[in-house]
Amino acid sequence: MRDVAVVSFAQAPNVRNAGAMNEVEILMPVVAQALEKSTLTLQEIGFTCSGSSDYLAGAPFSFVMAIDAIGAWPPISESHVEMDGAWALYEAWVKIQHGAADSALVYSFGKSSPGQIRDVLALQLDPYYMAPLWPDSVSLAALQARALLESSAYGEKDLAEVAARSRRNAQSNPKAQLAGDFDLAALLAEPYLVSPLRKHDCPPITDGASAVVLAAGDLARRICERPAWIRGIDHRIEPHALGVRDLTRSPSTELAGEKAGAAQGPLDLAELHAPFTHQELILRDALGLKEGVEINPSGGALAANPVMAAGLARIGEAASRILSGSANRALAHATSGPCLQQNLVCVLEGE
Amino acid sequence: MGELCGVVGIGQTKYASKRGDLSIAGLVREAGIRALEDADLDWKDIDAVVIGKAPDMFEGVMMPELYLADALGASGKPMLRVHTAGSVGGSTSIVAASLVQAGIHDRVLTVAFEKQSESNAMWALSSKQPFSPHINAGAGGYFAPHIRTYMRRSQAPDHIGMLVALKDRLNALKNPYAHLQMEDISLQKIEASPMLWAPIRYLETCPSSDGACAMVLAREALAKDAPRPPAWLVGTAMRTEPTMFPGREEVNPQAGKDCAADVYAQAGITDPRKDIDVAEVYVPFSWFEPMWMENLGFAEEGTGWQMTDEGATALDGDMPINASGGVLSSNPIGASGMIRFAEAALQVRGMAGDHQIDGARTALGHAYGGGSQYFCMWIVRSERP
Repeated sequence: MRDVAVVSFAQAPNVRNAGAMNEVEILMPVVAQALEKSTLTLQEIGFTCSGSSDYLAGAPFSFVMAIDAIGAWPPISESHVEMDGAWALYEAWVKIQHGAADSALVYSFGKSSPGQIRDVLALQLDPYYMAPLWPDSVSLAALQARALLESSAYGEKDLAEVAARSRRNAQSNPKAQLAGDFDLAALLAEPYLVSPLRKHDCPPITDGASAVVLAAGDLARRICERPAWIRGIDHRIEPHALGVRDLTRSPSTELAGEKAGAAQGPLDLAELHAPFTHQELILRDALGLKEGVEINPSGGALAANPVMAAGLARIGEAASRILSGSANRALAHATSGPCLQQNLVCVLEGE
Repeated sequence: MGELCGVVGIGQTKYASKRGDLSIAGLVREAGIRALEDADLDWKDIDAVVIGKAPDMFEGVMMPELYLADALGASGKPMLRVHTAGSVGGSTSIVAASLVQAGIHDRVLTVAFEKQSESNAMWALSSKQPFSPHINAGAGGYFAPHIRTYMRRSQAPDHIGMLVALKDRLNALKNPYAHLQMEDISLQKIEASPMLWAPIRYLETCPSSDGACAMVLAREALAKDAPRPPAWLVGTAMRTEPTMFPGREEVNPQAGKDCAADVYAQAGITDPRKDIDVAEVYVPFSWFEPMWMENLGFAEEGTGWQMTDEGATALDGDMPINASGGVLSSNPIGASGMIRFAEAALQVRGMAGDHQIDGARTALGHAYGGGSQYFCMWIVRSERP
């Protein structure tokens, strides 16, 4: 395996509604910033890969406009996944492993504000038996939370603690959408949104974008003093039908974590893509994260959830702490699909 | 560069306007099972699944790979979903191959599909967007001006497009999977068909199809022991350029030329018309055959139409193009690129049936998409490099 590292990361301010700015306009400064930090130009980059979903913009080929935005001229070697940008990063990592490139630009973007994201995500479900019932994403998450609360020692207070800690951590993240000090008792006094989930147990609705530059070996060392080396990366999917899964566990995260070598050394921090509070508990258990591992220092998806870009942002956030020298070994996680159906784990480390 | 990769299994569904007998899951599974049978493998032998399709609005399912994980035996495995517009079937094949070439997996199943009967492609391609004028043109309206420009520049005679349409529909009669089976096709019939977007007549345009294509890709040690001859990958390339900017050459795009130069260099091809025995080229509107002949370097600029006129691109010509009947005979959009790649592989495996080109040893698979801006190509050979 070739040594491949994250050498730069940039993200847009996470906002509830970017208004008249389209996805391309949100993305352009982010890509420019990530490239600038990497000191590479688009023409020096070996491979470009992006992640986005047509259903957020309500337009076919929404990623095609992004090609205009990044200025792909002369023509570039490029691909796109209809997945969170974390999987675009995976494809780019594979390309570098193959030897077809030494560096890669990865970006993703999502503008959730134009639609009703809860309902839009219902269109991810089995189109014959599930989608016609329009079970929205918050209601499905609530089913999962209910199953967890009833089958474990976790209580609603544990959920509120995740929310309070996420927003407290987000205070040091200038790009976060929701941040602040929240009193646990006050959070628990709030009404249910969809029982047993309260509003703070759910992610905010976010417009945003992220970009990462990857580089191999000596190129990475030339670009930065302390590259965030990808020591392992793996992703797994579970069956789609909710009835055949144990929603209180995440076997796909467990397996991806094992394949990525998460337990092969002590972790300083984990950036978990848990849009709902109870999902962080499930993920922590699946990954066997021990006391002392800092969880979501950025505030995570509960502080900003740009759909399609939130997973890539987890990798970027984890990497930036290694790049800055404040952490040595970190885990980043991304999820996709209803109730954590698909999961990716990436383990990053300093020199 | 990297591990050697071979195509060891290929599966296609029967292409049709409406496969009402199958769900979306049933459609991809039919192709997947046939690819596994060809490779004499079972679902458990597959390490990862890479799936591709064109815009999700074609079926009205957002990120349908999530729902298709069960049908493709992907549970517990890595699954990737590629989308690069019309070229997606090609890029999906290349992403799957890179997983083997990078040494990450031993065997990968790759599938591409479209079930266009679930929705309306014209609507899905032209939904109204904020801040831009609504052009309900579809693909034909978009590409017709490119063709008119080609005709003006090259002085090609008007009948060339009809010759391509006739040839590909006659080839389709030799391919049991092809959607259009037009026993009575003739130049007269094509000429008499309605003009849709001048100069594109109804019978010079691709159909709208339901269908899926699948391939099993394996690393060298497994591919050389496969029960049937593998097709060895000797080159893969992808290139993208922006949709619009002043002075962009849309008829003979630079991205296509660069992609071809890259894949030929990998495969050691110096004279493509001589070194390649057969090509499956993405021709959704008849006139794109001569245009791509030039873009791919089979003919000098301005002379691609002469290849069609002289019969060089026919089954018995020196450079057979789309022996399978091509996109003009079957077009499940998201799968159309993979069908080109798979048909190229079938030719060098000697398994193309009635449309087999005798002695085909080197074949090109080609796909393009967007506004002639996404290009994917691969070269496959019968002999292990």
